Amino acid sequence: MDITVCVKRIPKTAEADIFIEKDGKNIRKDNLVFYLNDWDGYAVREAVLLKEKHGGTVTVLSIGPEESKEVLTRCLAMGADKALRIEEPAIQDSHLIAKILAQAVKRQSFDLILTGVQAEDDGYGQVGVSLAQMLGLPHAAIVNRIEIKGESALVKRELEGGIEETVEIKLPAVLTIQTGINEPKYVSLAAILEAEEKELEEVALDKFGLTPNEPTEVTVDQVFFPPVGKMAEILKGSPEEVVGQLTEIIKKKKG
Amino acid sequence: MMNEIFVLVEHRQGKVRDVTYEMLGVGDKLANQGGAHLTAVLLGKEMKNCAEELATRASKVLVVEDENLEHFNSVCYQKVLASLCSKYHPLLTLIGHTAFGMDLAPSLSVETGFPLVTDCIGLSLENRRIKAVRSIYGGKVNANISLKESEGYIATIRSGIFGPKTASEKRGGIVMESSPLSGTIDAKKFVEYIEAPITGEDITQAEIIVSVGQGIGGPEHIPMIQEVAKNLGGVLACSRPVVDRNWLPKDRQVGISGKTVKPKIYLAIGISGAFQHVTAMQGSEMIIAINKDSRAPIFAVADYGIVDDFQNVIPILKEKSKADK
Repeated sequence: MDITVCVKRIPKTAEADIFIEKDGKNIRKDNLVFYLNDWDGYAVREAVLLKEKHGGTVTVLSIGPEESKEVLTRCLAMGADKALRIEEPAIQDSHLIAKILAQAVKRQSFDLILTGVQAEDDGYGQVGVSLAQMLGLPHAAIVNRIEIKGESALVKRELEGGIEETVEIKLPAVLTIQTGINEPKYVSLAAILEAEEKELEEVALDKFGLTPNEPTEVTVDQVFFPPVGKMAEILKGSPEEVVGQLTEIIKKKKG
Repeated sequence: MMNEIFVLVEHRQGKVRDVTYEMLGVGDKLANQGGAHLTAVLLGKEMKNCAEELATRASKVLVVEDENLEHFNSVCYQKVLASLCSKYHPLLTLIGHTAFGMDLAPSLSVETGFPLVTDCIGLSLENRRIKAVRSIYGGKVNANISLKESEGYIATIRSGIFGPKTASEKRGGIVMESSPLSGTIDAKKFVEYIEAPITGEDITQAEIIVSVGQGIGGPEHIPMIQEVAKNLGGVLACSRPVVDRNWLPKDRQVGISGKTVKPKIYLAIGISGAFQHVTAMQGSEMIIAINKDSRAPIFAVADYGIVDDFQNVIPILKEKSKADK
């Protein structure tokens, strides 16, 4: 079973101070740490687990700048066999990303394509399902379990309110992977060093007959901090004092 | 040409889901702005009662009935919607940014060629162009988005943001359309729904909830926080990343894909306040948040906040709550 996984390198914004670029169209990234999108990490791990069970290869694919090699190397260290980076640092449009990925995955044989449900940064949650339609393949989004049954797969999709649904889907297919589908595995330094020996191909966008100036469907006009509504009353003082106030508030509320 | 706004009715196990009424709410406002009319699109099997009810909230209800539409199946839904779009040319089609909508809207957008903007928290219509507001970077920043010029657009709507459309005296017409589906659908088949079993305490019944997030760093801190919960007479709950990492079981999860809770007191420890979590706990009578990031979105929903590392605060709270018990 040959599996292709599409991954994205993203900035970590939780617990970070956020500043807006002068042009007002994005946040500043120079002060942020980048890493592999959480959903994509689960997708890579799932692909490796399926490979261990059914044989085959795992190829990881990313569109991004030179620095994306770091996340691809990490994926290789997680057990992927080869990686492809498509040089294009600036595209944010999900439709265009899916279009580029569709060109790229067509170059190889696959039985299954995995993506994360969404990326933590802009969270469109759109690329995987768009990609499926462009390739003329069936898809299932928000998958938290995969069972391969010959020519098809039995997958569980996570719905709202603690309910799941099972769907049967014909292969090849595109599945978008939900966090928690598997248990992440610790990636050792030795595995990273070994991964640097694996195949990591880099290609320019024009290889697929596309240019960075392709039309986009959505444009970000402006980013801004959300309007501050009611804010919490912040308890002030030493930890002892703060806990003292907290205890009083809880006691009073409990009645 | 009369503009039309489609709202795709979302229903599961015979019940129309709340996001539908919210879409009708925002759809109605846009229809008034753009001189358009509002159409509820209802796909299913034997949907007569639903159609009657929806007619009190839209100028028209378009109904397609088919065996294959009883349960949500993106393949069938997409075929029917694409065919309705080519017949009626709606300026905008609204779909929930839900497990159903996320499985449908992107592929429908590719098939119809209508640009898509997902997970909208604001929408407006200016000269037949759609503008949207989205919340990005974990809720820390909002973005104003414009879409390229097109005959039609698709937008998915975050649930719990827009006010629902209430029923009115004026009833819209119900239009039955024949189903374009034929034969069996092989590519994707619905098999069954599975409900997660409750293994321990039912957190939805608790008056006091102490809830932990990824910010606690690791499962080694859970026993201490469990003790605080017990001392306060409450139960332990968590946000999604904690379940993903197997620190706590799924039936402890507060969030869109977990439980919705409304306790007297909700104490959130190391929870950043992602929308998926907040929407399921904001009905709590009192919310208290402990987080070291003063910009964490959780403080916008909390009544009281402590900006500090939980490890500086919780051990003291543990001792104090034990003494007060």
